[in-house]
Amino acid sequence: MSHNVPAELRYSKSDEWVRAEGDDLVIGVSDFAQDQLGDIVYLELPKVGTVLAPGDSFGVIESVKASSDLYAPVGGEVVAVNGNLETSQEAINQDPYGAGWLIRVRASGAAEELLDAEAYAAHCADRAH
Amino acid sequence: MLKRTPLFEKHVAAGARMVEFGGWEMPVQYSGIIDEHTAVRQRAGIFDISHMGRLMVRGNQAEEFLQHVATCNVSAISLGQSSYGLLCHPDGGIVDDIFVYHLPEEYLVVINASNREKDWQWLHAHTAGFDVEIVSRSDRWAMLALQGPEAEAILIQAEESGAGSLSALPFHGVALSALFGYTTLVARTGYAGEDGFELFFDAVHAEEFWDRLVGLGAKPCGLGARDSLRFEPCLSLYGHEISDTINPYEARLGWVVKLDKGDFVGREALARIKAEGPVRRLTGFEMIGKGVARGDYPVHNLDGELVGAVTTGMPAPTLGRPLGMAYVPTALSAEGSEFDIIIRGKPVRARAIKMPFYTPRYKK
Repeated sequence: MSHNVPAELRYSKSDEWVRAEGDDLVIGVSDFAQDQLGDIVYLELPKVGTVLAPGDSFGVIESVKASSDLYAPVGGEVVAVNGNLETSQEAINQDPYGAGWLIRVRASGAAEELLDAEAYAAHCADRAH
Repeated sequence: MLKRTPLFEKHVAAGARMVEFGGWEMPVQYSGIIDEHTAVRQRAGIFDISHMGRLMVRGNQAEEFLQHVATCNVSAISLGQSSYGLLCHPDGGIVDDIFVYHLPEEYLVVINASNREKDWQWLHAHTAGFDVEIVSRSDRWAMLALQGPEAEAILIQAEESGAGSLSALPFHGVALSALFGYTTLVARTGYAGEDGFELFFDAVHAEEFWDRLVGLGAKPCGLGARDSLRFEPCLSLYGHEISDTINPYEARLGWVVKLDKGDFVGREALARIKAEGPVRRLTGFEMIGKGVARGDYPVHNLDGELVGAVTTGMPAPTLGRPLGMAYVPTALSAEGSEFDIIIRGKPVRARAIKMPFYTPRYKK
C-alpha cells in the first residue's frame, strides 16, 4: 500500500510532518501514521503557550486499537492548536496534511534531524509489510 | 514461520492489514475497525476464525472424559446444544476457555488459537482410564463466524433451497445443514454480543463460502473489530482477562464452574477459592480523568500503591467513550470505587462500573 508523502514537507522518523507557514511551523501526522493507527477517536494536544523542545512528547493520538505519542519534530512555542479536532478527529484520517493539522509553533530554531519526502517514503516502506 | 488459514490469500488480496496473533498471520482490519464494528452491531459481519482449534472428542466415555476436564456440566448439554466451559489446572488457574458442542456420538470442542498445542497436550495428559479418542479437525475444517442482527437472514439465503430451518436453531444450538450445497455444521454461537452463527465446513470451500457470504451482505471483519465487539459485552479473551494464573472466580466466571456436578480437575481448589472469596477481581471501569487505558497499564489505589493491572482498554466504539477492564483487589471492584490508571507515567482517575458495558442481544 502506498501512502501520500507530499514533496514540500519535512518529516520526523516518528511520523510527524512539518510545514513552514510564514514565521511559524505547522505540525501534523503523516498519511502513513494515520493509516497505521486506523480511525482516530481520541486526541490530546498541548495548550497554547506550551514551550516544546525537539523530541518532547506534545500529546497523544489514539485509535480503537492503539495509542501513539506525538513527538515535537521542532522546538518552539505552541501558538495555536487545531480546535476543530476537539469534537471529531476524522479530519486526521481524511486529510492529515490539511484539515487534520495538529499544532502551530513559533520555532526556536532547534529541530530533530528531519527527513525529506524521499527519505521519509523509504522510511515508511521499510516498516510496511 | 507464522501459520496461515485457508483464507490467507483472500485476506491479502482484499487489502486487509495482516498482523501476528497467537502464532498466526491474521487480518486485523479490512475497511476499518469502527466501520466493521458498527456493521456487526447493526447488520452482519463475517470473520475468519479458522485459526481456532477444533477437536473431536469421541469414544464410549467421551462425555465422562469431558466432564472430568471441563468445569461446565457436559452431561447437561443435550444433543444439538453447546456450552461455554473452562479447562482448569489443579490449582484453579485457567488452562483455556472452550466451547463444547454435543453432536451425534461425539463432541466438538473449540479452543483458542494461542492454546492449541497446550490444550492438546493437556487433554491427552488426562485421558488415562477413559475410553476416549481426540481427533483434530483444525486443519481439515475451516471456521467462519457470521455475526450480527442480519446474520440469520443471510444464512437462510445460503441454506440449500432456502429451507429456512436454521431460523429455528435455538441460542447455542448446533445442527448439520447444507450451505451453498456443502455439508456444514452450523452453531448459533459467537463472540460479539449479537445474534450470530459459527460455521464449520471442509476447508477447500473456504474461499467460496467467504465470497458468497460477502455477496449476501456480510461485511468482512478482522480481529480488531472482533476484539472491540467482545470487549463491550465483557467477554473474556485468553491471555488478557483469563490465563494460567487467573482463576474463574477472579474472572467473574464462577457461573461456568459447576462444583456440584461431581469431581473434575481443579474442583477442590475451586471450591476452596469460592468459599474464601477471591482476593482480586475483574472489574469494569470508566475514565473520570482524560485518557485511554490500555492492556497492561498499572492500577494504583488512591494512596498511590500498585494494586493491579488493566487487562483490556479502548475507546468503546458503540458506547463512544474509553472504558476498560482491570484486576483490582476485591474491595476496589465494587461499582463506584475509584482508582488510578497509570497512563504514560501519570495517574488518571477511573471509576468501577457495572459489567457488561453492552448488553448482548442474543436471540434466545
